Amino acid sequence: MAAARPLEAAAVPLHTISLFVNNKPGVLVRVALVFSRRGFNIESLVVSPAAEGRFSRMTITCSGIAEDLEQVVKQLAKLVDVVHAIDHTGDESYEVEIALVKLECALNERTQILQIAEHYKSRVVDYGTDSMILQAYGSSEKLDAFIELLRPFQLKELVRSGKLLMARGVSVT
Amino acid sequence: MVEPKYPTGGEKLIQCLEREGVEYVFGLPGGAAIPIFDALVDSKINLILTRHEQGATHMADGYARSSGKPGVVLVTSGPGATNTVTGLLTAHMDSAPLVVICGQQILPQLGKDAFQEADVTGITYSVVKHSYLVKDADDLPQTVREAFHIATTGRPGPVLIDVPKDVSQGPCPAPFTDVLDLPGYSVPTRAEPEQLVEAARLLSEAKRPLLYVGHGAVISGAAKAITTLAEKLRAPVVTTLLGKGAVDETHPLHLGMLGMHGTAYANKAVVACDLIMSIGARWDDRITGRVADFCTEAVKIHVDIDPAEFNKVIKPDLCVLGDARLVAEDLIPQIEMADTKDWLKQCDRWRRQYPLKYPKQGGLRAQHVLDRLDSVTQGNAYITTDVGQHQMWAAQFCRTRSARHWLSSGGAGTMGYGFPAAIGAQVAHPDEKVWAVVGDGGFQMTLSELATAQIHALPLKCLIINNNFLGMVRQWQELFFENRLSGVELKGNPDFVKLAQAYGVKGLRIRRPADVDRILQEAHDYNDGPCVVVAEVVQEDNVFPMIPAGATLGEMLIEPPKNRLEKPTGST
Repeated sequence: MAAARPLEAAAVPLHTISLFVNNKPGVLVRVALVFSRRGFNIESLVVSPAAEGRFSRMTITCSGIAEDLEQVVKQLAKLVDVVHAIDHTGDESYEVEIALVKLECALNERTQILQIAEHYKSRVVDYGTDSMILQAYGSSEKLDAFIELLRPFQLKELVRSGKLLMARGVSVT
Repeated sequence: MVEPKYPTGGEKLIQCLEREGVEYVFGLPGGAAIPIFDALVDSKINLILTRHEQGATHMADGYARSSGKPGVVLVTSGPGATNTVTGLLTAHMDSAPLVVICGQQILPQLGKDAFQEADVTGITYSVVKHSYLVKDADDLPQTVREAFHIATTGRPGPVLIDVPKDVSQGPCPAPFTDVLDLPGYSVPTRAEPEQLVEAARLLSEAKRPLLYVGHGAVISGAAKAITTLAEKLRAPVVTTLLGKGAVDETHPLHLGMLGMHGTAYANKAVVACDLIMSIGARWDDRITGRVADFCTEAVKIHVDIDPAEFNKVIKPDLCVLGDARLVAEDLIPQIEMADTKDWLKQCDRWRRQYPLKYPKQGGLRAQHVLDRLDSVTQGNAYITTDVGQHQMWAAQFCRTRSARHWLSSGGAGTMGYGFPAAIGAQVAHPDEKVWAVVGDGGFQMTLSELATAQIHALPLKCLIINNNFLGMVRQWQELFFENRLSGVELKGNPDFVKLAQAYGVKGLRIRRPADVDRILQEAHDYNDGPCVVVAEVVQEDNVFPMIPAGATLGEMLIEPPKNRLEKPTGST
């Protein structure tokens, strides 16, 4: 057996795949197994009910070379519980993500942090004596940059929603 | 008011199977499956009680592949269900339609390590086409209908239904239904007209076309259409291991099996063709050898019912999505008669120059026995095989004349498949001749089913090619690992004739080449029950031709190599 290609996040592009699936137990496992069997690491995953409650939406980002991803998408589409699977890489689509960042900082350290937060239209959602939580939203790339700027401070916790995506116009997500 | 009497979930389940036309279930009971087995008592469905659940799955598989009808398995929870995993993998890899029904602990006990509780749907996700855990008895009718639909349509495969005991013993008021709620499942049928036009153009322009035919052609019943297509194109045909029988192997255009242990003339045709069209085959690593160097100059067309197979191994010039039979039928009127006279002459030259052969001296040879089996059966028998050297020799020497008459574990390569698969084939075809060709290694993995064959007085014949070795591994160790034998010698093999007799089964032995015809014929004519024939063959023989793993088809070894070979770097 040829070994699965090791994942190198820096070298391979990130793909965003949307799935329209039956809202049933076990569907998430079936989907995850298609990725794990090929040695792909799921970078982020969002699952929520679709407009019609019997279906769910999944938005998955993962890295991998396009040819391998094409195979993964076809194998996802083959699952009986998957109504459709679309790789949106390069598509016209609207993408957004939310991040929560907890920083440990004394009151006198905060001016710089708040300047960065303001620049990124980030809100302070928890303001304590020793810590604060910032909430930011926007494209995943914008959040990456925002978080990089906060790293020099006492960044204690980071929670990201994972990318949400919707195809623009009448295109199907 | 009198409470209406509803059937139990188990009764409803069995009624649903009857409604699907099921005649046989293969299985073994246990606590969690008792309500389902109880319902079998009053059913016209026949239970084939096996000695191990793996055997049940292979029997259902043999039943399904030989008849085209779904094979049904019924087992209990926990170990009963996990014993089906190998059979599920085997069926999944080779696209055999199975419906495997497992008993399960009661719903409140799921996930609590109760007795014989196992996460069976979780364990089997990667080896099924689809699966169900039934939590409400009222879901049973639709679940069964969907399971049979999914198992048998499109690219067939195994479907598992996990039925907790409180579901099978509780009431089931739900009516039968034909409703399918499968928005994520569609079955391709006819190909797009543009794809057919393009395929016809490429085929008509080819000077050296070749049809490469696989299991998909057998499954879709494309034998007649592909034969007509080949005759009209005047194109030679090669088949995969599982494609055997899709076109009569004695047809003058047929060059036999291609690939790792295919005929030299089939592989030479693959190397030299200028167009290769796959019909229901998937460019498996046994076929292509080193992919980067496979048919680099030839136009490649891929006909498949499963779009996930396109661009998986190779990048074809044209992919045609559709059912193999329908695609072949639609192509026939569109193609021009091609002038392939020189190409066919060349193929025939190769056929004469590099025939399959084996030494006639030096003891009893498996090839000799299988060559004669071909003469004795005349292509009228169902032949199943196990996995290993005997399988490849049988594939080479037993020429399959018609579809569904050759049953072998290809994708999974499951040792232990052949003998129970023959039981399933015999159950499906009680009046036909069925031969299992097995090795001494694989036979011992499922030999307990001798009892199953004996109880039902199935007149199948089990030919054990006994070399007291795990021969294929020994061959690799000899050729690629300096003959450092490791774990291949089967010391302690029983006397298989006595073993058969212990089960009340007729046992025959072939020791000398001179005995081959007489004993094969005796077994073939014996009809009073199972018969085991043990051929005590030379211990250290090798299968040729052989394409070392990861090599190209051009590097095929037609005869034993003179020099030491490098360890293969490619796949297994």
